[in-house]
Amino acid sequence: MSVPARRRPCAAASADGNPEPKAKDAPSTLLHPPPGRAAASERAARARTRRVADRGGGLMAGTAEGLGSPAQAAAGWALAIASAVAAALFARMLPVTQAGGAMAAEWEWVPSLGVTLAFRVDGLSLVFALLITVFGSAIALYSTRYLRGHRHLGRFFLYLGLFEAGMIGLVTADDLITMFVFWEVTTISSFLLVGFDHASAKARRSAWMALLITGAGGLALLAGLVLLGMAAGTNRISEIIAGGRLTEHALYAPIFVLIVLGAFAKSAQAPLHIWLPNAMAAPTPVSAYLHSATMVKAGVYLLARLHPALAGSEMWTNTLGGFGGATMLMASVLALRQTDLKLALAYTSIMALGALVMFLGATETVAVVAAMTFLIVHALYKASLFLITGAIDHSTGTREIAELGGLWRTMPVTSLAGILAVGSMAGFPPFLGFVGKELKYEGALAIAEEPALLAGAAILSNAMMVALALKILFKIILGAPTPKARGASEAPPRLWAGPLLLASLGLVCGVAPDLVGRTLVIPAAEAVLGAPAEIKLKLWHGVNVPLLMSVATVGLGLLGFLVYRRLSEGLQVIPEVAEGIWDTILEAISNSFSAVARVMQPGSLRAYLSVTFAVAALGPLAAMALQGGVALPATPMDVPTLGAALLTVAGALAAAAARRRMLAIGGVAAVGSGIALLFVIKGAPDVAITQLLVDVLLLVLICMVTLKAPELAARREGRLRDGLIAGAAGLSVAALTLAATSGPFDPSVAQAMEALSVPEAKGRNIVNVVLVDFRAIDTFGEIVVVAAAAVGALALIRMKAFGRAKAEAPRAREAAKEAAE
Amino acid sequence: MTTPILQAAARILVSLLLLFSLFMLLRGHNEPGGGFIGGLIGAAAFALLAASHGVAAARRALRFEPSTVLAAGVAVALAAGIAPLLAGEPPFAALWTFFGGDGGEAGGKPDGLPISTVLMFDLGVWLVVLGAVLALVFALEDDDLDEEEGG
Repeated sequence: MSVPARRRPCAAASADGNPEPKAKDAPSTLLHPPPGRAAASERAARARTRRVADRGGGLMAGTAEGLGSPAQAAAGWALAIASAVAAALFARMLPVTQAGGAMAAEWEWVPSLGVTLAFRVDGLSLVFALLITVFGSAIALYSTRYLRGHRHLGRFFLYLGLFEAGMIGLVTADDLITMFVFWEVTTISSFLLVGFDHASAKARRSAWMALLITGAGGLALLAGLVLLGMAAGTNRISEIIAGGRLTEHALYAPIFVLIVLGAFAKSAQAPLHIWLPNAMAAPTPVSAYLHSATMVKAGVYLLARLHPALAGSEMWTNTLGGFGGATMLMASVLALRQTDLKLALAYTSIMALGALVMFLGATETVAVVAAMTFLIVHALYKASLFLITGAIDHSTGTREIAELGGLWRTMPVTSLAGILAVGSMAGFPPFLGFVGKELKYEGALAIAEEPALLAGAAILSNAMMVALALKILFKIILGAPTPKARGASEAPPRLWAGPLLLASLGLVCGVAPDLVGRTLVIPAAEAVLGAPAEIKLKLWHGVNVPLLMSVATVGLGLLGFLVYRRLSEGLQVIPEVAEGIWDTILEAISNSFSAVARVMQPGSLRAYLSVTFAVAALGPLAAMALQGGVALPATPMDVPTLGAALLTVAGALAAAAARRRMLAIGGVAAVGSGIALLFVIKGAPDVAITQLLVDVLLLVLICMVTLKAPELAARREGRLRDGLIAGAAGLSVAALTLAATSGPFDPSVAQAMEALSVPEAKGRNIVNVVLVDFRAIDTFGEIVVVAAAAVGALALIRMKAFGRAKAEAPRAREAAKEAAE
Repeated sequence: MTTPILQAAARILVSLLLLFSLFMLLRGHNEPGGGFIGGLIGAAAFALLAASHGVAAARRALRFEPSTVLAAGVAVALAAGIAPLLAGEPPFAALWTFFGGDGGEAGGKPDGLPISTVLMFDLGVWLVVLGAVLALVFALEDDDLDEEEGG
C-alpha cells in the first residue's frame, strides 16, 4: 500500500480525535507497549494500512467484509438487549431471595449417574447473576463501539455470549457436575477471548497460559466435586449445604485441597495468579468483564457456595486466610510498579480477589457480609475503570500512566465516570466503597485468628489502592495536561455510558447502603452462612476502630501518592521470576514428553509389531498358565479338519523359514486358505468367503509393498526372535480359543437371533442380519474405523511419496494419466 | 505384468467380478454375502484392472476418487441410520417398503420388491470397503510410478 493510503486514517485520527476504529483493537490489545512509542505508532499505522487494504479489497470484490459488519454489530446489540432482559428477569426474583427463599428448576440429564440439570437461584446466586447480566449488557454495548468494524466482531460476540451463558449456568447450577460443565465453558470461552487477537504471539501465549492454569485447576476441581458428591451422598448442592458441615468426614482433606486448588486457579490466588495479568492481552471490554467483574470471581463464588459444607475447619481458615491475605498484599505492591494503567488495574483485581478469599476463610457473620459487599463494590468500580481505560486508550492512543494527564479538559464525561469510580476504589465517603472498606476492617478485626495481622494487611493493601486512586484522580484526570491528552477528544457515548452508569451505581448505593444491603448483600450472606445475618449496612457508624483505620489508610495512601513515582521505580527492583519459572516448567514438560516419545515411538515398524505381538502373546499365555492351563479337546479331529490344519501349519512354517519373498507370500496365502477351509468345514460360509477375499486383497497389497522391499535374505538377523514372537502369538490365540470354547456354551443369544431373524428383520442370513440390522450401530462404528484407517494409511503413503519427491507426486500422476490416454 | 493374456482375461473377469459384487451385496440378507463381501469382490475387480491395464485405467473406470467413494459410503450408512429418526423410530431401526405388494409372505418369499434402510446401510458398507481398499491399492501403485519417474 502506498504512503497516502497510510496517512489518510492517521490524519483523520488527529483531526477529529476519533481515530479510525478498525485500528483501535491493535494498540488496545497490546499488553506491553514497546519501549518506543514511535515504533508502536509505526506498527499501528502499518496495521491500519493493512486493514484499510483489507476493507478496500473486500468492497471492490463485493464480498461481505464491509456488508457483514452491520450484521456483526447487530449481534452485539442483540447480546446487550438479551442480557438486559435477563437482568430484568433476575431482578424480579429479588423479593423471593430477600425473604430467604429460592427459585428452582430441573431437568433430567444423566439419571444413571445421579446428574441432573438442576438450577436454583438463592441470594448468593442472584447477586452473581445480576452482576453477570447487568455487566454483560453494558460490556456488549461498549464492545459494539470499541471494536467497531473489527473483522471478527461476530466471532467476538459469539465468545462473549457463550461466556455469559456459561457464567449464568455456573452460578445458578444446583448440581455439582452441571456446575462443573458450566465452569469449563467459562474456561474455554475465556481462552478464546484472551486469544482473540490470534495473530499476536503474546495473545496466544497468554491464552494458552490461562487455559493451562485454569484448566488444570478445573481437573482438580472435578476430582474434588466427585469426592464431595460421594462424601455427601448427593450431587445436589442445595442438599449438600442443608446437610451441614463435612469437616469431620474422612474425605474432607482431599476434597478441600482439590476444590480449593480449582478455586484458587480460577480466582488467581498467588502463586497461580500469573495468568491474570497476561490475560490483559484480551480486548479491554473482555478484561473488564471476565478478568475483573465475573469469571475470576467464579472461584470466590465456589468457595462461598460450599462455605456451609466445608468452612469452619482450621485447614479452611488458615489456607484461605493465608493465601488470600498474601495474594492481597503482593498484588497491591505489584500494582504500584506497573506503568500501564490496564496492568495496574489487573493487579488491583488480584488484590481484591485475595481480599475476598481471605474473608471467606472466616465464618464470622461480619466477615462474610464484608466479602459480599466488597464483591459488589469492586465489580462496580473495577469494571468501570477498565472500560474508562479503554475509552482513554481509544481517544489518546495510550495507556501509559506517565503519558496521561489532565483528561478532564478534553474528556469531561469520561473523567466524571472516572472520578466516581476512583472515589469508590479509594473508599471515600459517601461512595459504596467506603461502606465496603469499613466492613472489611470490621470483618478483619472479627476474624478470630490473627485479627491484628489480617487487619494490618488490609490497611496496607487498601492504602496502596488509595495511592493508585489518587494517582488516577490527580495525575490522569485532574493533573497537568500531557500532549497526548491535549490532542484527545471525548470518547463516543457508547464508550462512556456503561462506565458512567456502573460508577454512578457506586455512588447511589453508597448514599443509600441499606438498599443494596437488604436486597443483595444480606440475602447473599445468609445463603453463605446458612443463618440470619443481623447486620445493617450504614454509611456512618460513628467514631469507632474501623473509622480510625480508614483515616490511617487515607493517610498512608496520601503518603504513597506523594512518593508514587519513587515508590513505583523502587518496586522495579523486584525481579520478574514467575514468567521465567512458567516457561521453564512448560519446557521441562515438553522435554520429558519428547524423551518418552523417543523411547515409545522409535519409528521402526518392526519394533512396534514385535512389542505389540509379544505383549499380546505373553499376557494371555501367562494368565492362562496361572489359571492352570487349558484342556485339549477330547474329540479327535476328522480328516478334512486335519487336512486344513496341516495346510495352515505348513504355510506358516514356510512363511517363517522362507529365504525368497515369493515363497513367504505363498506361505501366507496357504495360511489364509487353510483357515478359510476350516470355516467352510465348520459351516460358516459367510466367514469363509470374507476370509478368502480379505486374504486375496491382503496378498495383493503385500505383493505391492514387498516387491519394492529388499530381498529377505539380506536381513537375516532377528529371524529366530521374530519367529518365536510369531509362534507365541499363534499359540496364545489358539489357547484363548480353546479356553473360550471349553466352557459351557450359552446358546440363548444365538437362539434368540435365529428366532427373530426372519420375523423381525425379514432376513434368513443371520450373520448379515446381525451386521446390518440387529447391531447396525456397531457396524457403523466399524466402517468408520475402516474409513479412518484407510485415510490414515493413505496419508502415510502420500507422506512417504511427498518426502521423496516433494510436489512431484500429483504431477507424476497427471503425467501417467496423460500417458495412458 | 501387463501381458496380453492377462489383459484379455481381465476384460471379462472384471465385468463378471463387478456383477458378482453387486449380486453378493443384494443377496446378502438371505444367503451368504452382504456389503462387506461384495465390497471386497468389487475391490478385487478394480485391483485386477489396475494390475492388467495400469492404475490410470482403473482410476478412470472407477470415475471417482477412492476417498470420495469411502466418504460417500460413510454418508450413505449414516443417512440410513438417521432416516428412521424422521419416521419416529430409534436410530438405525429398519424401515421396509415393498413395491408392488404388501410384504406378506407368499411361499417363503415376500410379496413385492423389498426396499429398506437395511439395504441402504449395506450399500454404505459396500462403498466404504470398496473405497478403503482401492485407496490403498491405487496409492501404492502411484508410489511405484513416482519411483520410476523420479529414478
